[in-house]
Amino acid sequence: MASTDTPAAIDQPTGWNSIATDWASDQRTFKTASWGKSMMWIFLLSDTFIFSCFLLSYMTDRMSTTVPWPNASEVFALEIFGTHMPLILIAIMTFVLISSSGTMALAVNFGYRRNRVKTAALLLLTALFGAAFVGMQVFEWTKLISEGVRPWENPFGAPQFGSIFFLVTGFHGTHVTIGVIFLLIVARKVWRGDYDHEARGFFTSMKGRYEIVEITGLYWHFVDLVWVFIFAFFYLW
Amino acid sequence: MAQARASVDSPEVERHGEGGQQHPLKVYFYIWGLLFVLSLFSYLVDFFHVQGYLRWFLILVFMMLKAGLIVAVFMHMIWERLALVLAILFPPVAILVFITIMAFEADYTQFTRMLFFR
Repeated sequence: MASTDTPAAIDQPTGWNSIATDWASDQRTFKTASWGKSMMWIFLLSDTFIFSCFLLSYMTDRMSTTVPWPNASEVFALEIFGTHMPLILIAIMTFVLISSSGTMALAVNFGYRRNRVKTAALLLLTALFGAAFVGMQVFEWTKLISEGVRPWENPFGAPQFGSIFFLVTGFHGTHVTIGVIFLLIVARKVWRGDYDHEARGFFTSMKGRYEIVEITGLYWHFVDLVWVFIFAFFYLW
Repeated sequence: MAQARASVDSPEVERHGEGGQQHPLKVYFYIWGLLFVLSLFSYLVDFFHVQGYLRWFLILVFMMLKAGLIVAVFMHMIWERLALVLAILFPPVAILVFITIMAFEADYTQFTRMLFFR
């Protein structure tokens, strides 16, 4: 049934172009969230499924092995000034990542206040915390590898421990590294004032807005969120 | 809400969206503090060698509280519209189903390993 308010089909693109224009036409589900923010959320949802599958395979491996699982509390213990501290490195990494989440939240807030200098500074601080986290992870990996932990064997117990450890923390560390790069790019653009005079992005050619700080923040908080689950299930369980 | 009624294509919405997630700094500092305290509690669970069901219970409680605070406040979920909240938070329910299935599977695998390989 043709009605008067339906746009004439002749005005619409055809072929491959029509797929993009039809899907992007005026039905808007998320009334107050922009496309950028909605798409970041949908990406994060898919990432949730990926990390869940990793943690699920960890659960399955740990439940089904007949060899005792290594005691993470002792595997990740450190001697600091002669004192034996169980799991201390992981605790510090947790606090560093939470601190970075805090500075990120503040950066988003100052971004919407159009405070260019504070936003850039807080983004840089967040990136610094992120880099520190990755640095500590490198230290942790080096220590475990030198102790003989491999994806197929380790001196502490069930051989699956190594493969799960390298897979899960490696994938999370990759996310943190990408996040740091993402933060540095956005910090540079904030510093340059791209979002004050709405400079167009090199990739999407869309006008730069301070909302990108919030979208970057969503990704960064997600990385922290994943660590909350890894910390609970892999290190504490 | 004015922004919900306004036409989605108007530049007004774009501007409005820019200031959409504007909350007092106090909120962030408060949540930040809570996250620190909860992380400390999780660490203390290990430090004081809490074992058994109490350990698992405490780990899960602190984990869920931390995850909830990050998603709700730092990621602004409590200030988003319900359509977006449900679109993101409902699908992970499937993961809970998956966990249940794999727990049965893991039990079965361990049972067969005990039976035939030991």
